[in-house]
Amino acid sequence: MSFINYSSREINCKIVYYGPGLCGKTTNLQYIYNKTNPEAKGKMISLATETERTLFFDFLPLSLGEIRGFKTRFHLYTVPGQVFYDASRKLILKGVDGVVYVGDSQMERMEANIESLENLGSNLQEQGYDLAKLPYVVQYNKRDLPNAIPMAELEEVLNPTKVPSFEAVAPKGIGVFDTLKAVAKLVLTELRKGS
Amino acid sequence: MIQQLVMYEEELAQINHICETLARDSNAKAVLVIDKNGQAMASAGDVHELDITSLSSLTAGNVAATGGIASLLAEKEFAGQFLEGEKISYHVSIIGQRVILVVLFDGRSSLGLVRLRVRKASVELVGVLETMVRKSASGSGQPSVFSEITDDDIDNLFND
Repeated sequence: MSFINYSSREINCKIVYYGPGLCGKTTNLQYIYNKTNPEAKGKMISLATETERTLFFDFLPLSLGEIRGFKTRFHLYTVPGQVFYDASRKLILKGVDGVVYVGDSQMERMEANIESLENLGSNLQEQGYDLAKLPYVVQYNKRDLPNAIPMAELEEVLNPTKVPSFEAVAPKGIGVFDTLKAVAKLVLTELRKGS
Repeated sequence: MIQQLVMYEEELAQINHICETLARDSNAKAVLVIDKNGQAMASAGDVHELDITSLSSLTAGNVAATGGIASLLAEKEFAGQFLEGEKISYHVSIIGQRVILVVLFDGRSSLGLVRLRVRKASVELVGVLETMVRKSASGSGQPSVFSEITDDDIDNLFND
């Protein structure tokens, strides 16, 4: 749920990165954090286990500049991808304005991809959202790995509604900002529609 | 459609006033009002050294997790939380099921005093929030900034 502050002239929006365990959600945020000017970002918070698996969420506040005199602030969150953290994932989806689904391109992660995508749909539904009506983009990460599935096949299975999708190699930053820009644009466009 | 919560000048002034009064009357170090999704709405007291954005996000996560525990235990909600530190204590209460009121205090205050003052502030905040929610839903107050935004405005935001 976006929060518009006419007093301080700010628009605040929440974007959630969703996807199976180890698909690269945290890596997306880390790359964005590392490549963003200090004045445009806040502290990145990672609530992770000792082995650096996300336990609750990662959080990165980001300023994208001004629109018509309003500062646009995006709060980026990741969910824990591991199956057994489902209760936490549901909580993080509360108040979401836009979703990035990060798929893992590797053949052996296809089942986990499908499970996570179905889980996204049902968890959103539980919160009263419809994925088809939310600003939503798909990212296919790990495109550089030799066991990556061809794009056409991934698109067919993981993007049946043909929302904007991006190939990515998150540690190198390939596709990371394209994905972020696409979802941010959709969120702002949706806000305009709702006004 | 995305539900928007809109803060106008008038309500912000009222919330700020409630926060300032609460900070003063409870001898608190700082008072924060955060929406349940983790956005900071207002603050008062000694906040210049605080990372309010991070505190807001973590507090909202904490409240959401506590709410999840409540529903597993078939409780409606745990309306408050208190964390006692060596120097700083942290008192959290949920107001009108919509926002979170945080009071940070040290040895100059006490849990009893904070609880007492929070109770009064909560009643006042609920009134302001109801107005805010009503205005957000009806869109009254000011014309929405978004209706004037063009595709070019959005594209320009991403021109590096």
